[in-house]
Amino acid sequence: MAASDPQERAFAGVEELEAALDAAGYLADEGLATAVFLALELRRPLFLEGEAGVGKTEVAKALSTVTGGELLRLQCYEGIGLAQAAYEWDYARQLLHLRATEATGGSARQAEDELYSERFLVRRPLLLALEERSGPVPVLLVDEVDRADDEFEAFLLEILSEWAVSIPELGTIRAARPPVVVLTSNRTRDVHDALKRRCLYHWVDHPAFEREVEILRRRAPGVGEALARQVAAAAGRLRRLGLYKPPGVAEAIDWAGAVVALGRSELDPKTATVTLGAVLKYQEDQERARAAGLETLIDAAVEGGG
Amino acid sequence: MEAEAELERLVVALATALRAAGVVVPVGAVIAFARAIGALAPTEPAGLYWAGRATLICHREDLEAYDAVFAGLFGSLPPPRLPAARPRLVTVAAAGEGAVPGADAAGARLGAYSHSERLWQEDFARYGEREWDEAKLLIDRLRAPLQLRSSRRLKRARRPGRVDLARTVRQALAHDGEALLSSYLVGGERPRRLVFLLDISGSMKPYARAFLRLAHAATAARGPRQVETFVLGTRLTRLTRPLSERDPDEAFEAIGRTAPDWYGGTRLGDGLAAFNSGFGARGVARGAIVVFVSDGWERGDPALLGSEMARLARLAHRVVWVNPHQASPGYEPLAAGMAAALPHVDDFVAGHSLGSLEELIELLGQPARVVAGGRGGSRVAIR
Ligand SMILES: Nc1ncnc2c1ncn2[C@@H]1O[C@H](COP(=O)(O)OP(=O)(O)OP(=O)(O)O)[C@@H](O)[C@H]1O
Ligand SMILES: [Mg+2]
Repeated sequence: MAASDPQERAFAGVEELEAALDAAGYLADEGLATAVFLALELRRPLFLEGEAGVGKTEVAKALSTVTGGELLRLQCYEGIGLAQAAYEWDYARQLLHLRATEATGGSARQAEDELYSERFLVRRPLLLALEERSGPVPVLLVDEVDRADDEFEAFLLEILSEWAVSIPELGTIRAARPPVVVLTSNRTRDVHDALKRRCLYHWVDHPAFEREVEILRRRAPGVGEALARQVAAAAGRLRRLGLYKPPGVAEAIDWAGAVVALGRSELDPKTATVTLGAVLKYQEDQERARAAGLETLIDAAVEGGG
Repeated sequence: MEAEAELERLVVALATALRAAGVVVPVGAVIAFARAIGALAPTEPAGLYWAGRATLICHREDLEAYDAVFAGLFGSLPPPRLPAARPRLVTVAAAGEGAVPGADAAGARLGAYSHSERLWQEDFARYGEREWDEAKLLIDRLRAPLQLRSSRRLKRARRPGRVDLARTVRQALAHDGEALLSSYLVGGERPRRLVFLLDISGSMKPYARAFLRLAHAATAARGPRQVETFVLGTRLTRLTRPLSERDPDEAFEAIGRTAPDWYGGTRLGDGLAAFNSGFGARGVARGAIVVFVSDGWERGDPALLGSEMARLARLAHRVVWVNPHQASPGYEPLAAGMAAALPHVDDFVAGHSLGSLEELIELLGQPARVVAGGRGGSRVAIR
């Protein structure tokens, strides 16, 4: 178990981990902290699902700070494959090598064999995460896995089950110590159950009011207590409007920052109207918020809090 | 040890109650739960709650059921911890009698869930509002099985083999290496689009909302480009856009704004003709799996419906006809419209209950087959 490995930092319990994440700038609630704690203890990947901007990606970054393991980030996109995720051969250099051999009259057969040696291998995050290293194991972030297609999911599942990648030309690279793995998804597409079941699952919700106030105070420079409370309250109410893209913590931070940039220290309906683009990034959502009565919403938020 | 046996019983009780509530809980998840408890050594219900949530659940949609089940076992949910309370010491008494209620409490609560089994077989037409309130949430859950499956491909991920460099080197050098790289690009299989055509005439009234809800779940699972929905009343209305609202209730409000002509008469042939020469011809139906939900009662000319069905069958990859009245005792596909349409249908299935919706979804994941047409046993000709 990870806790008994002398190279790893072990946490006595959830609260200790929570405090360490806090020191690294991440305010986790109890559920998330428990899931992260279990991921470290059981060496099981952590699958974080939630709306955009709720702080999923940031978890992996904070975790890397906390454990001291290198952060290896794999950003997924449609069509991502082995070459971008695990390894690929450096074709350009292989070709050069081959041409050089031909030019000097060397044997093509022998040159070809040399082509598939480690020096021509380009290592990508998945392979790097499995390779032998001293010190803490790396933190592998597989970000926005919902954007990849299911063929890639299948490949990931295999790696996260075997902790190995096999390279036909070189053999199998197997991790002696599995890395810490965090997968995130915005649910633009549902990820296959088999992959999720391989992981611990946590639905990351928008933070509770008091927590968001604290995040704003920490992350948005120059934002006072009063403004942080107003922005958190207003963001909370905007989230209930059923928008196409409800504001995440990131947007709330941007919003508070925009208000400060205007030289204001309070959120009033007028300030909210001119800074709306900072919190709602889509024209349709801005219109919808206005149609729902933005001014009343802001007044209610400023008075009523969360 | 006493406490250990107690925990073990609790793990099983929670898993059992979740299953009874309709949540899929594989054995592997139960084992992970037990391991999580071992690692966490929870001394208060909150630890148990979070350990169970992280291991037994893998869909947000199931969280509500999880909370209900947990509260059922423990009397309440663990109170949320406030951020202010964070840097405190753990000062909780060791688990003792009563701190962790036994599994017996579970038994008493399970009865509450068993009636959802009955709900599963009940005809939509016999639903009251209470049944519907429960059923609609169950339909939302069908989202999970509607996801695109890839179990076949899950077995083996494709890996590029060794490139025959010697053979292609000259050609590659002439093209800056482009040719080589392209030999590695493998095209992924595109899933087939799903097209729902829903008859919203008067006779379909008890069923329409269930199928719209299903169409919403499908749209949510696969995205609006992969799922198209149209309703056929006296005219054709496209509902793909409103159905792509994430929240089902919002989607239904949005549908209300598009004002389809609910529960009047139908001219299926005309509606289908409008679809075929409009959206259908423009590619919506091409290569798609079309799910036509109707009882086949046609006010217009059955011959027109027949010829338009033939057109649809040529465009689509597969046509599944869902007839909610098919399950009625003594039903024969005698409606003139139905009879005209049947020769052009790949599958003919019932759709009167939650159970039959589930079967339909299963069918959508399988290759086309010939299905016996109702109680009379007349076989549907495959085109
Ligand atoms: N709990 C938190 N503690 C501290 N900062 C947070 C927290 N949650 C969110 N943030 C802030 O919000 C920003 C957005 O978070 P992040 O990028 O991790 O979101 P995400 O869920 O990955 O979003 P996306 O889906 O858009 O990638 C972070 O840069 C961070 O500043
Ligand atoms: Mg992110």
